[in-house]
Amino acid sequence: MTTRREPPLSDEARPFWDATRDQRFVLPWCTTCDAAIWYPRTACPRCLGDTVEWREDAGGGTVYAASVHTRPAPGRAEEDGPYVVVLVDLDAGARMMSNVVGCPPEDVEIGLRVALAWEPLSDGRHLPVFRPA
Amino acid sequence: MSTGSMRGAAAIVGVADAASPTGELEIRGRVLEAAMIRAALDDAGLGLGDVDGVCCSGIATGIAEYLGIHPRFVDGTFVGGSSFEVHVEHAAAAIAAGLCEVVVGVYASTPRQDRRLGPTVPSLGPMGPDVGAEWEAPYGPRMPMTSYALAASRHMAQYGTTSEQLARIAVDARRWAARNPRARHRDPITVDDVLASTMTVSPLHQLDCCLVTDGAGAYVLTSAERARDRPRPPVYVLGAATGLDHWVISEMPDLTVTPGAISGPAAFGHAGIGPDDVDVLMSYDSFTITALLHLEDLGFCAKGEGGAFVEDGKLGPGGALPMNTNGGGLSYSHPGQYGMFLLVEATRQLRGEGGDRQVAGAEVAVAHGCGGVLSATGTVVLGTGATV
Repeated sequence: MTTRREPPLSDEARPFWDATRDQRFVLPWCTTCDAAIWYPRTACPRCLGDTVEWREDAGGGTVYAASVHTRPAPGRAEEDGPYVVVLVDLDAGARMMSNVVGCPPEDVEIGLRVALAWEPLSDGRHLPVFRPA
Repeated sequence: MSTGSMRGAAAIVGVADAASPTGELEIRGRVLEAAMIRAALDDAGLGLGDVDGVCCSGIATGIAEYLGIHPRFVDGTFVGGSSFEVHVEHAAAAIAAGLCEVVVGVYASTPRQDRRLGPTVPSLGPMGPDVGAEWEAPYGPRMPMTSYALAASRHMAQYGTTSEQLARIAVDARRWAARNPRARHRDPITVDDVLASTMTVSPLHQLDCCLVTDGAGAYVLTSAERARDRPRPPVYVLGAATGLDHWVISEMPDLTVTPGAISGPAAFGHAGIGPDDVDVLMSYDSFTITALLHLEDLGFCAKGEGGAFVEDGKLGPGGALPMNTNGGGLSYSHPGQYGMFLLVEATRQLRGEGGDRQVAGAEVAVAHGCGGVLSATGTVVLGTGATV
């Protein structure tokens, strides 16, 4: 298991994190704008509407930006390096930070199609990461 | 929006800064802030009793209390390293509106002393939901470097910008630093040196990244009327504007466009001039990519053309667009929120006090701050008396 700084669990994101226990990827959608919201929050950042519903998503996406880290960040073990930090544009229309795993980090190019993968966290939640599609 | 009221209504009449080739200063905290304010007021020929406004990127009332003054105007806006340019915008507007007359802005940060001696101020505690901790930190970014690395990766993929082109910005900053005896690093470097330096967060090399040093500075801003009888030539605020659009990098709408695309044109609009009129550009260079994005967003070249624009060395001594004449955050000093030094060096250039690094005949300078992770910009257009 990769060592990581484990994420806190905010109240606004509880449905997201709870779903990850079953390795389900759910995104908050604003029902007024019919658009995905990321990061999870109570008010839609487009219309400030508060009618948010959680929809299951396949988690496909495209790498928007990528940086190979040869020296691990605080909280990650030396043997975890090198790894690649990416921004992924989800097909659902939101952008999130993540890692691409399952291939050499230097092979991760901008524009690469990626699919969802999961890494376990210590409290039963899972962290969404990506692998080449 | 009216653009007439701020132009030339306020002027910088005093500046001071502190930096050391060792990277470490001998005092810190409020003592250092007070020393900077005293030096800037001396430079302005003014005293503490004249001051009726205080700006800092924190708790401005705390500084006022320490100094024993009772200002009519405070601004503690914190938008990272661009805070000081944003303060000048606010203070110039306040002076133009008659809210106050003499404003001091101050900054001091001593990461090197603090590392050796321990911090001076206990943590002020959490600032609400921690978006970075929940949605970024688990993926192992090395902040703030990772944010700028991601922006650089995107600019390279989208526009074909190269590491060699980014390196040129660091090389030219070092050429200026060679002329500044207080600069942390003065030995010449080449593009090859930059490319050979360690790369821990691709595509940025160590020499693409700014320094970590102690440093401090202050300025005094007053009304045009009071500026006229000061000992040093007034440096007028011709225009100023702010741009904000995100706080964490994963929320930045387009990693190749900073909010400088908002604040830059707005500040030029207030000033009634454009990029072609700028004699000295003081532009926040936390990383080489930061400075490259500013050149595009401020309109010195088209979006995507920054790499080709810098290739010929025009940013260095003798070049067509002298940039960061003190050596910049890359080679002079960078204590964390570098924007104060942009204002100080721009003022010195417009007063003709640049010494070996003076840009001949400089009449218009821009101080362009950028804080957070490309999150917030403050653009201040400054001019000599001849420009008002």
